[in-house]
Amino acid sequence: MSESINLKYIVPGDDFTRAGEASGAVKRKLKQLGFNSDVIRKVAIAMYEGEINMVIHAGGGEADVEILPDKIHIILADQGPGIPDISLAMKEGWSTAPDNVRSLGFGAGMGLPNIKKYSDELKIETELGKGTKLFITVNVSN
Amino acid sequence: MNVGDIQKILKADLICGNEDQLEYEVQTACGSDMMSDVLAFVKNQSVLLTGLNNPQVVRTAEMMDMRCIVFVRGKTPDSSVIELAKDHDIVILRTGLRMFTACGLLYSNGLRGGCEKE
Repeated sequence: MSESINLKYIVPGDDFTRAGEASGAVKRKLKQLGFNSDVIRKVAIAMYEGEINMVIHAGGGEADVEILPDKIHIILADQGPGIPDISLAMKEGWSTAPDNVRSLGFGAGMGLPNIKKYSDELKIETELGKGTKLFITVNVSN
Repeated sequence: MNVGDIQKILKADLICGNEDQLEYEVQTACGSDMMSDVLAFVKNQSVLLTGLNNPQVVRTAEMMDMRCIVFVRGKTPDSSVIELAKDHDIVILRTGLRMFTACGLLYSNGLRGGCEKE
């Protein structure tokens, strides 16, 4: 592929069972395009954790994915409550998720740390009461 | 070890999967009810043992390229979980064993955690 491929997804905030659909679709697309499995897994996990976060904390949002030959950009934007303290939110094990989310297998305080772990670049823009935007980049050649 | 061996060792029911899928080779496994932990610590695992019963278990396995999910403590997945697993070519087994025992049996039969110290 020589040009960029742009994909857009709406992440519904009212149905936890659908969280991950967008990440799954991107994973399949990358596979179809022939990207290597390590890159695909990094993109899939980073985006999946982001999707879960949007559903848990922000009532859903939007995902924009740009696939380039040498990198993949993912922008996850929500209009949720924002993150009061990003450095705390980046700490493994720190979570504001309610108990009902933990009973679903998430909310262990690993969401943002996992996104950072699996991305090559992560930028977070957040404003209290307005929302959060995650800019995730995964490089194809390392 | 293959998925069929896991079924025998854990005396597990095959909830979804076919003969060909029972031949899938598996090297490593992970046991957890917290999917974020699975996503954080697991590397190249092919089997997930869990007592958590919702579609996100299958989504997590999908993201990690896992081939088999074992529901422990006799947890029976509903049709939405089973259909999602079929869509992603993932075998589902169910055992009445508890997590500790199920993991211990697989470990003593040679399956490992996949991390260096395991």
